[in-house]
Amino acid sequence: MNSTTVSSKPQLLRRVFVWELPVRYYHWLNAGCILVLIATGLIIGDPPAIMTSKEAHSSYWFGTTRFIHFVAAYIFLFNFLFRIYWGFVGNKYASWKNFIPTNRQYFKDMWNILKSDIFMTKGYNVHTIGHNRLAGFIYFMTFIAFGIQCLTGFGLYSAMSDWWLPNLFSWVPYLLGGDFMVRTIHHWATWFFILFTVVHVYLVFYHDYVEGHGEISSMGGGWKFIEEEIFKRKKKIKNSNL
Amino acid sequence: MLTEISTQRKTYYEELQDKGYSRRDFLKFCTMIAAYMGLQSSGAAQVAEALKTKPRVPVIWLHFQECTCCSESFIRSSHPIVADIILDKLSLDYTETLMAAAGHQAEEAMQKTMKDHYGEYVLCVEGSVPAGADGVYCMIGGKSSMDILHEAAAGAKAVICWGSCASNGCVQAAKPNPTKATPIHKIIKGKPIIKVPGCPPIGEVMAGVLVHILTFDTLPALDGIGRPKAFYSKRVHDSCYRRPYYDAGMFVETFDDENAKRGYCLYKVGCKGPSTYNACGIIKWNNGTSYPIQSGHGCFGCSEESFWDNGPIYERMVNAGGFGIEQNADKVGMVALGVTAAGIAAHAVATNLRKHKVVDELIAEGKQSEHELKKD
Repeated sequence: MNSTTVSSKPQLLRRVFVWELPVRYYHWLNAGCILVLIATGLIIGDPPAIMTSKEAHSSYWFGTTRFIHFVAAYIFLFNFLFRIYWGFVGNKYASWKNFIPTNRQYFKDMWNILKSDIFMTKGYNVHTIGHNRLAGFIYFMTFIAFGIQCLTGFGLYSAMSDWWLPNLFSWVPYLLGGDFMVRTIHHWATWFFILFTVVHVYLVFYHDYVEGHGEISSMGGGWKFIEEEIFKRKKKIKNSNL
Repeated sequence: MLTEISTQRKTYYEELQDKGYSRRDFLKFCTMIAAYMGLQSSGAAQVAEALKTKPRVPVIWLHFQECTCCSESFIRSSHPIVADIILDKLSLDYTETLMAAAGHQAEEAMQKTMKDHYGEYVLCVEGSVPAGADGVYCMIGGKSSMDILHEAAAGAKAVICWGSCASNGCVQAAKPNPTKATPIHKIIKGKPIIKVPGCPPIGEVMAGVLVHILTFDTLPALDGIGRPKAFYSKRVHDSCYRRPYYDAGMFVETFDDENAKRGYCLYKVGCKGPSTYNACGIIKWNNGTSYPIQSGHGCFGCSEESFWDNGPIYERMVNAGGFGIEQNADKVGMVALGVTAAGIAAHAVATNLRKHKVVDELIAEGKQSEHELKKD
């Protein structure tokens, strides 16, 4: 084991503060909400068959499941709104510019990430500190999905509420021709979240494994560790957002 | 000219007296209909006052692509006065189903009403209008229903769309909609339009809408898509007597199981009550005898837009267009999840093959530091 030849000298790593505390709070609150919403949502869509000899008055589990779904939805909505706000006041890794393509370079970078991480073309090892362009763009898609779930979800909920906030969404069923279509979209979109979660968790492990920058722990402590030479190179490219 | 006609026309109360109804019957009707309309208790007096003093409102009732179930529902509404007052007395100047006249006489009657009461009459439409093939799918007296509708709507003070056909197209507009059946609000613009969807709508609801117009000379409060709030602001689900079973998570699994016998919630066998806005749970049908859920069958959402295409009737799920028959969101989702998992496994293997050099370097580097620390 000791005979392993090391091609490079041990690297000096530089600590970079990437995810600010509000971003990390947002991330974990969002993750928790999404998991709860998926679980309760699937139960509401297709409740399990429970045979019981009890009377209806002694049980309320389905009502409770829906209650949890609605509470999580409120937290999810406010958390989402907060993240949009933070996209304008947070550090450069939290900025909205990471998510919304504004120039052609964005798409070129995305293509490079595809070559590096998905097709794994030899010689391509794109290392980024914050979100890479492909990830950023996919998060933009998730924000759109968040929006769709909030619109359809609160659109359905508005008929059950007297509060002005959910009633802001009461136009959604009217626009889509009734609750049925709204429910259908809400249900289909759930699967986007399920697939996203699976791929997201895998890719975090992948980046940690391939780059060794502390990808997994970064959402805990907020920092990543990059090689001194990469740090110097990044510093030179002043215009880069990466 | 118009005022002259108005004074000639009898009031509703006078007509009812002629018909042999007592004042007691009349007031009972007013109270009932006021309650249905969601008015406060003084509303009954307002209704009575209006019916006593106001002359009949001229009504033209057109039938296009429909099955006349709306009319049928209407004349079966619980109080006999409903049918009498509206059909005999409401001055139904033209309605194919019930008028005595035929042919040129009937056409003349309609033309006369449109001319004499221009801007004053209420236009009721039952059925959708076929927009395909220049409207030949529905011709009356040599004219297309499209032309008749435009002509009749021009002088109407309001348009009432009876039933799902006129409100959202109903079965004729179901895919692939060969006649291009079109609901009224997509054809008539710039007129107050009230939608009273349902296949058919509840008779008392129809009467309530008309009496509201007579009593207050205004349209009832409408929701975002033009349905009277008094009858369509709550879901069937919200007034369902089986709702406690829903909240308790006690569901009928199949129509022949023990739970069905016990009257549990029909949610899992496709009840569309949670997405259907109607008053069935409160007013019910056939003199308040029952309604679909009470007789053990789920609501299938007949008052909702494109309910024919929102099937299947006996499942919660929506079939996916383009994925073949019997493919719903969860099935497609599970396949997508399987494909994703396979993709991830393939990617993980590929990573270890294609990037082993990079990974090996990281591992070696880490191990070297570990080794050096061990030496100390």
